Amino acid sequence: MSSFPAAVPFPSREAGGDAPAFNERNYLVQRRGLRSWVFTLDHKRIGVIYLVLTSLGFLLGGIYAMLLRIELLTPGPTIMDAMSYNKTFTLHGVVMIFLFMIPAIPGIFGNFFIPLMIGARDVAFPRLNLFSVYLYLLGAGIALYGMIHGGADTGWTFYTPYSTTTITKVWPILLGAFVLGMGSIVTGLNFIVTIHTLRAPGITWMKMPLFLWALYATSVIQVLATPVLGITLLLTAVENVFGFGIFDPARGGDPILFQHMFWFYSHPAVYIMILPAMGAITEVLCAFARKNIFGYKAVAFSSLGIAFVGFFTWGHHLFTSGQSTVDAGIFGVLSMFVGIFTAIKVFNWTATLYKGSISFQTPFAYVVAFIFFLIFGGMTGVALATVSLDVHWQDTYYVVAHFHFIMVGGTITGFLAALHYWWPKITGKTYSEKWGLVAAVFIFLGFNFTFIPQFLLGNSGMPRRYYSYPERFWPLNVASSAGASVLALGFLMVAAYLLLSLKYGKPAGPNPWGSRGYEWNTLSPPPEENFLEQPAYPRAPHDYTDAAAAEGTR
Amino acid sequence: MNDLMRRLLFLPEQGSAYARQVDSLHYFVITMTMLGFVGVATAVLVFAIRYRRRQEGESTPHVEPRTIHEVLFVGGPLALFLLWFAIGYPLFVRLQTPPKEAMDVYVMGKKWMWKFSYAGGPNGVDTLYVPAGRPVRLLITSRDVIHSFYMPAFRLKQDAVPGRYTQTWFQADKPGRYEIFCAEYCGVGHSAMLGHLVVMAPAEFDEWLAASRRSRVAEVDAAQDSGQRDSSPVTTLVEQGRRLASVYGCFACHTVDGTPHIGPTWLDLYLRRDPLEDGTSVVADEAYLTESMMDPRAKIVKGFQPVMPTFQGRIPGPEVAAIVEFIKSLRTSTVHPEPTKGPNYELIPGRGPVPKP
Repeated sequence: MSSFPAAVPFPSREAGGDAPAFNERNYLVQRRGLRSWVFTLDHKRIGVIYLVLTSLGFLLGGIYAMLLRIELLTPGPTIMDAMSYNKTFTLHGVVMIFLFMIPAIPGIFGNFFIPLMIGARDVAFPRLNLFSVYLYLLGAGIALYGMIHGGADTGWTFYTPYSTTTITKVWPILLGAFVLGMGSIVTGLNFIVTIHTLRAPGITWMKMPLFLWALYATSVIQVLATPVLGITLLLTAVENVFGFGIFDPARGGDPILFQHMFWFYSHPAVYIMILPAMGAITEVLCAFARKNIFGYKAVAFSSLGIAFVGFFTWGHHLFTSGQSTVDAGIFGVLSMFVGIFTAIKVFNWTATLYKGSISFQTPFAYVVAFIFFLIFGGMTGVALATVSLDVHWQDTYYVVAHFHFIMVGGTITGFLAALHYWWPKITGKTYSEKWGLVAAVFIFLGFNFTFIPQFLLGNSGMPRRYYSYPERFWPLNVASSAGASVLALGFLMVAAYLLLSLKYGKPAGPNPWGSRGYEWNTLSPPPEENFLEQPAYPRAPHDYTDAAAAEGTR
Repeated sequence: MNDLMRRLLFLPEQGSAYARQVDSLHYFVITMTMLGFVGVATAVLVFAIRYRRRQEGESTPHVEPRTIHEVLFVGGPLALFLLWFAIGYPLFVRLQTPPKEAMDVYVMGKKWMWKFSYAGGPNGVDTLYVPAGRPVRLLITSRDVIHSFYMPAFRLKQDAVPGRYTQTWFQADKPGRYEIFCAEYCGVGHSAMLGHLVVMAPAEFDEWLAASRRSRVAEVDAAQDSGQRDSSPVTTLVEQGRRLASVYGCFACHTVDGTPHIGPTWLDLYLRRDPLEDGTSVVADEAYLTESMMDPRAKIVKGFQPVMPTFQGRIPGPEVAAIVEFIKSLRTSTVHPEPTKGPNYELIPGRGPVPKP
């Protein structure tokens, strides 16, 4: 079945075997000097560069978030004027979405682990991969320029005609998002080709780790939907600067057209953000339950299902825009299918735990949090799709809470699960398990205290993007801000113990979790060439049966 | 039960039958969500304890779902979600279909006020008067950017889009006073773009409408006679100015008690020397005050954003004069204790939604 030499018992067997605890000859130090990083074509180094860059993006977006929560501590002005507040929530959205949510998991863990999971030397287009990093830097640089020189006040949705008539300078931020979108397309293309062409013998489509299925679905969306965002942003920038009139009703244009085009990308983009997290969660769940996934095909195809249906749901952002009643009904039902595919995953994850061997360590704590948050985030989303409930909730804090449940409760929790699970492989070091659990508790509680009050604020009618608000919304806003501080503290703790682990962490060994995911088939940290010898793949990933144990190779 | 759930969920008062029906769906949906959550969360936690790891490197059996499992995983949520939709969508259709006998009110959003017009007059700003127990259709548009007309007590929201009219309707149960918000982000005044709905008893409303129309006829007559409007001799020019400033929505951004808001306060503004954005300064005399209304971006006072719309061609000369006279009258020594701010959204006791701790 394989043209490669027969399976070689590889050092990363669970017991540790004769593998070194810390691989001194690893990708981080095999080449030295700044040039070796600036011009690196190694997918692992590019993953690490993305880790640093997107973490900075997350920090910046988080600072904006805290400024917003401080401003909302009182009903009137607190620390800034209305214009600064409007710019702050715009930048919070832009930075979090384009500099963290979209690139983070594919950029870091996709780049690092796709080749490791498919037994390849690198991704299909290493130079294109490096190019995507520079597109990210360029896009972030342009957007940062725009933030420093004025900053936009349009909200990250850039709705026309507000965005085309605002006195603030919108075009740098639009252009920045445009360039970042190009980086996203390039990454997606690279992943699709890699998964199609570079799988090692033995890894058939139905034996691929499920993280790859999720990234594959994500990449398809990135390649198909992001160009529409590019067109939309460009049109908006052109209209803003030169006054083209495409979205201006006075000259035969249509402001609603913008919303259709914008959400045609931006709704699938939600799945660009959450699908990789779902994939990562599947890997972590299987490793910590020592169990094959319950319903491999259901979980794999539901990722594709979400990617597919996600293209036909954009109209649910326009229920109150004057869209026709029939359209609203169709978009409502189609939106619910996303809920169905998500439900399949949730049920299969839960069933995977059945008869498992569950170790409640930090990554698993995030898995549990992820499942809890996803149920709430998902079902509140389906509730919004009933159309009539959406009329009350549209553009209120209910919607804000709903998508933060998916974005923070889903994507960031999935990101943290992945980060903790793969940290030993990436760095070769272990972090403090005790602090890991403490921080997870902080994040879990802080998250709930931040966003559950926002659901209630939305119920009671507080619109989003409100600088000041009637006093009856005061107590819930204070609760939300208090929760946000706990949440921020949790994130800072994670950053602190992970950074400390780089210096003081114990060597992890090739496979500290005893995982049978393919990516653990090498040393920690991996050598630049990924594998010393080509591993064989006789079994599906996450096969923890007696038979697999008897073979003893993974 | 309704009241308990409503308070638990922090929902505002229900102003119409529609609001009550939507809330019933809300209770059903949230109850199902909670049950689903408790079900899955219990399973996760029970499994995590029951199947906890007892020794490192344990083997586990290979478990695959049977078809029936996946059918249930898909069918269960699908049935539930479609049930929600089957209840929710007809409600939405009802909201989109105003009854034929409904009374029309034209609603126009502009930065940052709501303007309401009734067929045959009158016009008003920020306060919508409607009769209780009769259907009212709102025909909504915008003068500038997209706004969204939102009345939480009626679970009602409809975007105001420039260049087109959208519609929605409601039928208020009983007289009262309710909040109107702008729900679509529209700039620095977004959160100050508040209005209120006053629901009157039908007879009272008819009387109000008739009286307003009469006075409007008188106004038009007077305007034709003298070429002027609002020149009723019974009020002073300052009083007229105060009234006009309120009609034109000046108080959405300007205060008269010295507190800074979106625009500079009017208190002691007359003959004050203000620093400008470009480093120069200006004395706020009659000429400057007039210019600020007609070409607001010509001279921007330091620390404020150039967000004021122009009133060129919208305020007749005599009215400009009246507003300037009103501003001139606002001296610290003579300031009146009222009116101090823009519209005041205090709720009528016993009427509004009562947030419970």
